Amino acid sequence: MSDKPSADILNRRRFLGAAGLAGAGAAFAAVPAIATEAGKPDPLITEVQDWNRYLGDGVQSRPYGSPSKFEKDVVRRDVAWLTASPESSVNFTPLHRLDGIITPSGLCFERHHGGIAEIDPADHRLMINGLVDKPLVFTMEDIRRMPRVNRIYFLECAANSGMEWRGAQLNGCQFTHGMIHNVMYTGVPLKALLDEAGLKPNAKWLMLEGADSAGMNRSLPIEKALNDVLIAFAMNGEALRPEQGYPLRAVIPGWEGNLWVKWLRRIEAGDQPWQTREETSKYTDLMADGRSRKLTFAMDAKSVVTNPSPQAPLRHKGRNVLTGVAWSGRGTIRRVDVTLDGGRNWQSARIDGPVLDKSLVRFYVDLDWNGQEMMIQSRAIDSTGYVQPSKEELRKVRGVNSIYHNNGIQTWLVRADGETENVEIG
Amino acid sequence: MSRLARFLFAGLLGGTLATTPIAEVLAQQVAAKSSAKLGLGRPALPEEIKAWDTDVRSDGKGLPAGKGTAKQGDVVFQEKCASCHGEFGEGAGRYPVLAGGRGTLKADRPDKTVGSFWPDVSTFFDYVKRAMPFGNAQSLTDDEVYALTAYVLSMNDIVKDENFELNEKNFTSIKMPNAAAFYPDDRETAEKHFWKKDPCMKDCRTAPKVIGRAVSVDVTPDSKAGPKVD
Ligand code: HEC
Repeated sequence: MSDKPSADILNRRRFLGAAGLAGAGAAFAAVPAIATEAGKPDPLITEVQDWNRYLGDGVQSRPYGSPSKFEKDVVRRDVAWLTASPESSVNFTPLHRLDGIITPSGLCFERHHGGIAEIDPADHRLMINGLVDKPLVFTMEDIRRMPRVNRIYFLECAANSGMEWRGAQLNGCQFTHGMIHNVMYTGVPLKALLDEAGLKPNAKWLMLEGADSAGMNRSLPIEKALNDVLIAFAMNGEALRPEQGYPLRAVIPGWEGNLWVKWLRRIEAGDQPWQTREETSKYTDLMADGRSRKLTFAMDAKSVVTNPSPQAPLRHKGRNVLTGVAWSGRGTIRRVDVTLDGGRNWQSARIDGPVLDKSLVRFYVDLDWNGQEMMIQSRAIDSTGYVQPSKEELRKVRGVNSIYHNNGIQTWLVRADGETENVEIG
Repeated sequence: MSRLARFLFAGLLGGTLATTPIAEVLAQQVAAKSSAKLGLGRPALPEEIKAWDTDVRSDGKGLPAGKGTAKQGDVVFQEKCASCHGEFGEGAGRYPVLAGGRGTLKADRPDKTVGSFWPDVSTFFDYVKRAMPFGNAQSLTDDEVYALTAYVLSMNDIVKDENFELNEKNFTSIKMPNAAAFYPDDRETAEKHFWKKDPCMKDCRTAPKVIGRAVSVDVTPDSKAGPKVD
């Protein structure tokens, strides 16, 4: 951009930028709705602006487009103390800055166990072996010649909200709920690949294995594999992102993210689960009695209000848009209820946009806020009649040590000044 | 699973966008072709399968021939593992703890280690062979993995004799202390009460009070700092 403005325009712009970036720290009273005095004409209207006068960048200056520079704080974030190393770590989707149901590819949270494998598709192979008539090797070219489908599904890490079992910990829905994304996948039904190799009748389980340095491996029951599992090479219309498994990943609709093996290189058919590290040491749910649930694949119905939330406080009295997302690994979302008074009274939210099987839905409550303190919660109800439980109800069954599958109702406390924080209520 | 399939179907009907069930997609493409198979992919060669198929199951399926003692494993461990996992598997920094923790699974802060938590020793073999040492995966020989497995068993007092030799023949005789404590997903029965008819909408509870606050825990990354750049 050509920058030849006068000093005062620069200063004003800096002020506006700062106001836009001031996050959780700014009380709404300190941020006027419009940065001009009442009754005075707005110089942004009465004065010719740079972008109004000077030529912008030409067409090929951004051959692969990226978001506006004014959106630079809309990024994935990590919590450094959570994990031992950045190659075996996680970051979080900025849910509070998104709308609709599709997560932009570059904002989909990442979880790797051995860093991001960078694989030239020409060098990638997918092997199918084990209890099959004919063990096969596919190239990416082979896979791209098979009949393909398009599906929108959420992927939630089983450990999403896992830090919150013992109580409110992290101040922001990005951190409490950001291990989720919702993407349109293009890929081949796994069934088509298995049919090529020919499953033997005693093949009851598959093991999916990644080509990364973690060699991620998980067991998958055959019924699921034949039902709706995809082997995907594209997300949101373009090739998978490297951090999402380029060039090939598994898509296991409604089931915990760890099963969605990235950089997928091998599928072995067998007659029992393998008991891999990721289905024994991890992704089993330790109960209060010291025993553990295993093979807890489905993600229970869940929802969260993304705005307001600690990173997105209320800035204005009067009209406001409360919004959030809901999902269920068991089907579609039938209804989302919202309470502003900590669960005394509920109202059904307005769902807008597509309502799809095992996909996020977007909900809204268009509200008038007069500055009263609010305790905001949302609860999802899915097509099986499952009602998202309170954290208290969950802990009653599971204790506080299970790490995974925390789908309890989230509470945000909105204070009179619009500041919002993560709380637990009793 | 049948319940799942039913929900899936209901979901498709409920959806506002049209998607064709996968079986139908496949049926259509099969109808369009003379043979049921697509004829894509090529046979996997035995050498290729051998190179990639290193997985080891809890019944011992997949174990390669080999052997190693706990004592030998100690040497390998100190050289290739201890920098992250500690000399005795106690874990350095935030790296995983591999030993100890027996009897803590009901405690307020359980210590889940290979010894206290893992149901199968095969998991250690399979995982270490494919993924460890971190940053230099698949660099260990089968004998080294046997020796390391014997060593982790001895660190966890599951094997008492440091000259104990683990091999593909005696491998499945090892029983892990926590093996019996795992049971399949029972949410649909144990949590049946989460399937509720008509959840309450009005006057559902007494006035709520705040009993915990994330700000008092104070572990959220500073929201004013930019993203961490590696
Ligand atoms: C450079 C540091 C490093 C070294 C060296 C290393 N590891 Fe690891 N190890 C890790 C990390 C990081 C993880 C967790 C990886 C993940 O998140 O998936 C891990 C995980 C493990 C686990 C699983 C722990 C659990 O509770 O699930 C085992 C077992 C293990 N390592 C064994 C070994 C052995 C044996 C060696 C030596 C051959 C070794 N490691 C060397 C860093 C290291």
